[in-house]
Amino acid sequence: MIALIPRKDIPLSLTLLTPVVAIALTLVMGAIIFGALGYEPLGALYQFFVAPVSHAYQIGDLFVKACPLIIIASGLVFCYRANIWNIGAEGQLVFGAIFSGWVALTFPDLSVGVMMPAMILAGILGGLLWAMIPALLKTRFNTNEILVSLMLTYVASLFIDWLIRGPWRDPMAFGFPLTKNYADAALIGQVSFPGIGTLGQLHWGVVGGVILALVAWFVLARTMIGFQVKVMGDAPRAGRFAGFNPSLVTVMVLAISGATAGLAGMVEVSANIGQLQPNISFGYGFTAIIVAFLARLNPLAVIAAGLVVALAELGGDSAQIVLGMPKVVTGVFKGILLFMLLAGETFNRFHVEVNGVEIKWPGNLWGAKPRKAGA
Amino acid sequence: MSPAKKSTSDKKTKQQQNPLLMADGVTKSFGDFTANEDVSFSIYPGEIHALLGENGAGKSTFVKMIYGLLQPDKGEFTWQNEAVTISGPQHARDLGIGMVFQHFSLFQALTVAENIQLALPKGETIDDLSARVRSMSEEYGIGVDPDARVHNLSVGQQQRVEIMRCLLQDPKLLIMDEPTSVLTPQESAQLFDVLRRFSKAGVAILFISHKLDEVRALTSRATVLRRGVNVGTVDTSTRTSRELAEMMVGSKVQDVKSQKAPANAQTLFSVNNLSRPKDTRFATALRAVNIDARAGEVLGIAGIAGNGQDELMEALIGEWTGGAANTIQLDGEDLSQVGPAGRRVAGIGFVPEERNGHAAVPSMTLSDNSLLTAHSLEGAQNKGVINGAAMRARAAAIAAAFDVRLPGVNPLASSLSGGNLQKFVVGREIEKVPRVLIISQPTWGVDIGAAMFIRKAMLELAAKGSAVIMISQDLEEVFMVSHRVSVLYDGGLSDAVPVKSLTAEKVGLLMGGSAQMEAS
Repeated sequence: MIALIPRKDIPLSLTLLTPVVAIALTLVMGAIIFGALGYEPLGALYQFFVAPVSHAYQIGDLFVKACPLIIIASGLVFCYRANIWNIGAEGQLVFGAIFSGWVALTFPDLSVGVMMPAMILAGILGGLLWAMIPALLKTRFNTNEILVSLMLTYVASLFIDWLIRGPWRDPMAFGFPLTKNYADAALIGQVSFPGIGTLGQLHWGVVGGVILALVAWFVLARTMIGFQVKVMGDAPRAGRFAGFNPSLVTVMVLAISGATAGLAGMVEVSANIGQLQPNISFGYGFTAIIVAFLARLNPLAVIAAGLVVALAELGGDSAQIVLGMPKVVTGVFKGILLFMLLAGETFNRFHVEVNGVEIKWPGNLWGAKPRKAGA
Repeated sequence: MSPAKKSTSDKKTKQQQNPLLMADGVTKSFGDFTANEDVSFSIYPGEIHALLGENGAGKSTFVKMIYGLLQPDKGEFTWQNEAVTISGPQHARDLGIGMVFQHFSLFQALTVAENIQLALPKGETIDDLSARVRSMSEEYGIGVDPDARVHNLSVGQQQRVEIMRCLLQDPKLLIMDEPTSVLTPQESAQLFDVLRRFSKAGVAILFISHKLDEVRALTSRATVLRRGVNVGTVDTSTRTSRELAEMMVGSKVQDVKSQKAPANAQTLFSVNNLSRPKDTRFATALRAVNIDARAGEVLGIAGIAGNGQDELMEALIGEWTGGAANTIQLDGEDLSQVGPAGRRVAGIGFVPEERNGHAAVPSMTLSDNSLLTAHSLEGAQNKGVINGAAMRARAAAIAAAFDVRLPGVNPLASSLSGGNLQKFVVGREIEKVPRVLIISQPTWGVDIGAAMFIRKAMLELAAKGSAVIMISQDLEEVFMVSHRVSVLYDGGLSDAVPVKSLTAEKVGLLMGGSAQMEAS
């Protein structure tokens, strides 16, 4: 019988080694698959992992791609830590874009100093309010937040579609479903590094996203808000014993994750698009779920996980463009990468026993300890 | 290897017979923890054999292997002189092994006969089965009505349904896992009569318990487990309870004198006419409960599980605050609508029954667990930012003062043994020197050393002038620690009387719902 037994203590060396081994195995598996499909294995891997980051400007673009993932996942971490399953960040992102877009389109003459804070607040408010629907339905009627938040995503994307094809359509857009362009004051600028200049499309939203992840870490690890969230997620009965209010925590974590998703929507449009259009997100709200779990629900690790997932996305695009690789193949490869990283996590936390005998790894890297004789 | 091999005092008649079941050198480990080590044991047809040991001594693991729920790592079983590998409960039942668990597996909404039918091979009609239940019920004096719905039965009656269900499968060996833990003394005596009749009919009974008096009253031999090792199989008729206790514990057992209530003590905390309706069908409603907890004494609340202990504890902690105004008071101040954090600020400490997931969060460190009941108190946080250093220091101080043995610096609660974690959650409250301590099942599942430590700590807190309310299902503990005793039965609480004027029989009657206690 094969069993996974939780490790008592996990050595740091193991934690650091796990992702390296996972990525190495991904490369081997990927090479085999690419080879079997008739692609040159090393060339394909080059397109995935090296080509997207072979120039300085591409590093900037990598961060730009990771930016919405980092912002959304920083908020989702709170939800999932509290055992509340917000699957609708995509819809909350759309509502953030709608609310901030309303500010930008309705008051185009505001100065930057007023416009930016107003749009940021509007974006946060839009996502937060959209997330309040599953929150209130759950706390009032005990509905399932997974279903409600997911279905509201489709409502949100149909709603923005209607806005853009209807009341908010730019009459000068030759019938295309687009709003007017945002005024300059409503656009997020690119970061100019002293001596280097801009780095690809790297914009101030990326800086904000990284700061947000740091703040999220502090709130989760060091404050009573984070403590309540963790206690409610791990042991709800102990949370009530401590005197925490379960409904309040539910509303709070959905508010936090809705707010960050809304902020991501605002940033994405203001930094990269400059007007509202039917497709403002490439599934960032869903991909961020993977990012949050890849980061083991730790906001600091969310930054790294966001970059890894963004790299896989860009690498997939690159392989499709340069090698003509079908989208499904790039999807499979991304799947292998995530699978390996999550499997690595499992072997980081558990060791394997076969018929009660621990399987040891070469060089005792997995921290195996000799067990009692005869066990 | 086990220090003492199997014993000595098998009766001659038994030696001539062949054992029904034999275990030879059975070992079972879970990870690094060895639950049973080289246990050998035999039971004969018609014998009532006790498996004795403290909580965590490995009794359950051992019988689960006999019932096929677990497989031994080493060693083997011999059933009627043939080596067997018991692959699962169905195989065990086919062999003729029946087991009655501590927790019942009955469908509350079905009748007794329907519940029994579910467990038997198909093909028998309800009417035939009901007739069989009636005749067997008469034969053994079990008193089970096949047409009754299970949710209308008392716990003792439900247990008899479980026993009946085993019996209809015609077992040769019946395993009873701590059957008396849910019974009053009177119900236990009835159960023993039933078991003796089975024994006369040739059924062997393996009776698991840690209660010495009943083991001596019922069984002829006892196998004692200590930390997973068989420390001896003895004749129960030739041993005193104290000798058996010392075998179980491995050291001398101390006596504790019963407590004398201080005269004219002042009431600190009171519950006045508190009623609570059922919130689910299987909950117990609280019926006009009155408590007056006085400075300097421990008020013991005895009673069998499921008579409203959980509901009362929730109301006392403030997890439920649906009571009328002034139903809960501290120093005459109304706390009935105040939640747990506010009651802690007012000076009450709580230790609920369940350590894992209620009193403590297993996946969190001890410092986080000390924050759990300190967050509303001074010094734990500064405008929402946790004072981590203070909490780590507090956790370390609690561990030092309450002899909590730590596997590392600020470990996870889940890495502590049951007894150590219990000492921590008790210490966490007593360290604050609360004016009132409300504690449920203080020593449940704790080894006897830790249990004595916790009982002493409660008495010391009372001696400092605090009031302690202790809800406990362990009668021995109630008699040992309490100054005054009340009994909880079906959501109603009897008037508290001094422990000196009480006998186990009186309390037993109350636990079974007979007559209000006569104050004396």
